[in-house]
Amino acid sequence: MTMKSRLFMVLASALLIGLFFVPMWSITLEAPQYPKGYELGILISINEVRGANEFDLQNVNGLNHYIGMKPIDEKAIPELEYMPLIVGVLIAVGLLTSLIGKRQLVIVWLVLLLIAGTLGMYDFYRWEYDYGHNLDPRAAIKIPGMSYQPPLFGSEKLLNITAYSYPALGSYLILLSVALAGWAWWASRKAATKLPLATAGT
Amino acid sequence: MKSMLTLLLISSIATSALFFTGCSGGTDTKAIGSVADAAMKVYVAPGAKDEFYDFASGGFSGQMAVIGLPSGRLIRVIPVFSMDPEKAYGFSEETKPMLMTSHGFIPWDDSHHPEFSMSDGVPDGRFLFINANNTPRVARIDLTDFRTKEILEIPNSSGNHSSPFTTENSEYIVAGTRFSLPIPNEDVSIQAYSEKFKGTLSFVKMDKATGRLSLAFQLMMPGFDYDLAHAGKGPSHDWIFFSCYNTEKANTMLEINASQNDKDFIVAVNWKKCEELAAQGKGQIVNVSYAHNIYNDETHTASSVMEKDVRILTSADTKGNVYYMPTPKSPHGCDVAPNGELIVGGGKLATVIPVLSFSKMLKAIQDGKIDKEIDGIPVLNYKACLAGEVEKPGLGPLHTEFDDKGFAYTSMFVSSEIVKWSLKDFKVVDRVPTYYSIGHLGIPGGDTKKPWGKYVLAYNKITKDRFLPTGPELFQSAQLYDITGEKMKLLLDFPTIGEPHYAQACPADLIVKNSKKIYQLAQNKHPYATKKEADARVVRKGNEVHVYMTSIRSHFAPDNIEGIKVGDKVYWHITNLEQDWDVPHGFAVLGANNSELLIMPGETCTLLWEPKTPGIYPFYCTDFCSALHQEMQGYVRVSPSGSSTALTWNSRK
Repeated sequence: MTMKSRLFMVLASALLIGLFFVPMWSITLEAPQYPKGYELGILISINEVRGANEFDLQNVNGLNHYIGMKPIDEKAIPELEYMPLIVGVLIAVGLLTSLIGKRQLVIVWLVLLLIAGTLGMYDFYRWEYDYGHNLDPRAAIKIPGMSYQPPLFGSEKLLNITAYSYPALGSYLILLSVALAGWAWWASRKAATKLPLATAGT
Repeated sequence: MKSMLTLLLISSIATSALFFTGCSGGTDTKAIGSVADAAMKVYVAPGAKDEFYDFASGGFSGQMAVIGLPSGRLIRVIPVFSMDPEKAYGFSEETKPMLMTSHGFIPWDDSHHPEFSMSDGVPDGRFLFINANNTPRVARIDLTDFRTKEILEIPNSSGNHSSPFTTENSEYIVAGTRFSLPIPNEDVSIQAYSEKFKGTLSFVKMDKATGRLSLAFQLMMPGFDYDLAHAGKGPSHDWIFFSCYNTEKANTMLEINASQNDKDFIVAVNWKKCEELAAQGKGQIVNVSYAHNIYNDETHTASSVMEKDVRILTSADTKGNVYYMPTPKSPHGCDVAPNGELIVGGGKLATVIPVLSFSKMLKAIQDGKIDKEIDGIPVLNYKACLAGEVEKPGLGPLHTEFDDKGFAYTSMFVSSEIVKWSLKDFKVVDRVPTYYSIGHLGIPGGDTKKPWGKYVLAYNKITKDRFLPTGPELFQSAQLYDITGEKMKLLLDFPTIGEPHYAQACPADLIVKNSKKIYQLAQNKHPYATKKEADARVVRKGNEVHVYMTSIRSHFAPDNIEGIKVGDKVYWHITNLEQDWDVPHGFAVLGANNSELLIMPGETCTLLWEPKTPGIYPFYCTDFCSALHQEMQGYVRVSPSGSSTALTWNSRK
């Protein structure tokens, strides 16, 4: 790998540090009672689930009790404990890759990232399914056949609430990281074909 | 497309307005000009917001009305000096102390003049002050949550009318006596008026950081009626001016006896110098007793203390710093132009509007142009202080406000009109009728250094046929006029609460940006706050029962209580656990000789209930809070006095 490719790999790994600080996903709930500008928002990071505004999570939980949805409680989500570890390992492997400078390791890293991302999305879906379907049978509002699973991606109207589910800054950081790593791999491929010629002279 | 639709809508409103004109004959099309234009200017489309806040005093309602301009929509009523069962103001244990005075608890007053807190001569959007006229007090309203946070009683005063006008940076808020009194008040013959009765001008200091008020000093004045005031600005920063009438010192049939002198006065006080004199210990400390009520934001609770002592400065103490300027005739309004140079007197019975000059006043003082002295206070020569007179302005000039283009607008009670005149040559340039008999008028920032000269409002004393009839008793009417052009144009009629006197308006942004949405539960330091449902409980202390209750959509905790006995004083301390904008919960219990509670998110309120007969008493949430609001209810069992029913309550864990 060229110095430039190594540097890009460092950058690609370093970008993932951002995941500790910015949310990866955002769910926004809009309703007649929570109009534009005053929507409720939930922001999901690798290490926390919080409201977009100070009391949004509390208010979402307050509304959800009518349909018997269990409250969103960080303590009940073990992923928030081990997702930071996974991301930490990915960062370490990425940095190691750039140190060792083996091109194939970049692919390994990208595959690891892809697996982590896919598992993450699946896990997210699983939680959404659980919150949306696993309802208290004594709930005040019960509509036969109705579940309240927010969409994985996009928007959906659930009773009076329209839920919007979209990637947040963290997801874009991952995309950028993938692009940088891909570039590092691509650039060093060219380098690999050229390098023997260049080194032949020395 | 959107504007086409708006146009279409406006013209259909206009058409119907014209149609109704044909039927009722109520619309003065001459004053309005194009009805469509007028409708367009005041139409605030659904979801859009008004451009200005207008705070109009509630007059004999004792409250403050909050109105949006240009729509004229009433958007809030702030309780200040009168009890308000809707908001439990004066009914809840937390707010009862706000209405304490040296005369005990007073449920009502007459509020006249709102005044913004000022920084450098313009409203800073922090506080609003308003006076109580009957039992002299000054209140401070917090504009972050539109609540009354402080009420200070003014001793040695009666008819606190020339109040609460503030200096350029709200260094002081003033309070002048309308009804002179023996000071200290004592049992004397009313016939002793001219010799024993005095007026006072009080200077209330505002702490810049907290807004807290304190009575700094009072000036002892001759026994006239001190009517209105306005502080100087710019060059006249150090001075404040009060109008006064009844310089005849009449004590009966004032309508005749106080209307004899051709000229009464505007008093000029150098407050800066008086402040220095007070600081030097001039004058004397007089023992008095006056209530000082402060609402604590952290405990959501007011406390009332009786303050003692006030420093009084006499004319001997303030020599060279207080002057009378003759002003025709029985002046009411006392208004200072944005440049701080011109002082306009509203001589109710005068045939002209006198305009006094601050610089000429200083020169007259310097040149010793003094006609006489009254109780040691020099009376300056009228002509020496006069900048000019507005000739033939109309009848019964009361108040003057200013725009940002060099014009003054004076309300004419008797001829029922607003008269626009030039500050350059004092010539009348326009006049419009008002419906009917205008008192105060208001331009956003119209008494400040920088008026927003877009509208003038007429606050009228007589309504008659302006709205659908409601029997003998009617709301007062107000009118909104466009003043952006050469000619004033009537745009809108709207009703107001009580009887508005003065009002203050400012651009909405000034207040919107600081507006609170909830009270933080975490910062609630109410001694009886219950911050989570698990802590809800009932505690007996002798015959006092304290219910630590929570409310959240859609239940109370606890909602079943037994073991209350006849003769108990039950304190319902209810904490609203919500932290969401516009989710108040109410509370009412059967047979309570009290109001409801209306508890804002994060707040704790207390209702005292003294049940008189055994039985079951339901209680419920009075504010439609949620889909299951009707389910938000509970029961309390009252047993006979001395019964053995154990004190129990349920909890939902």
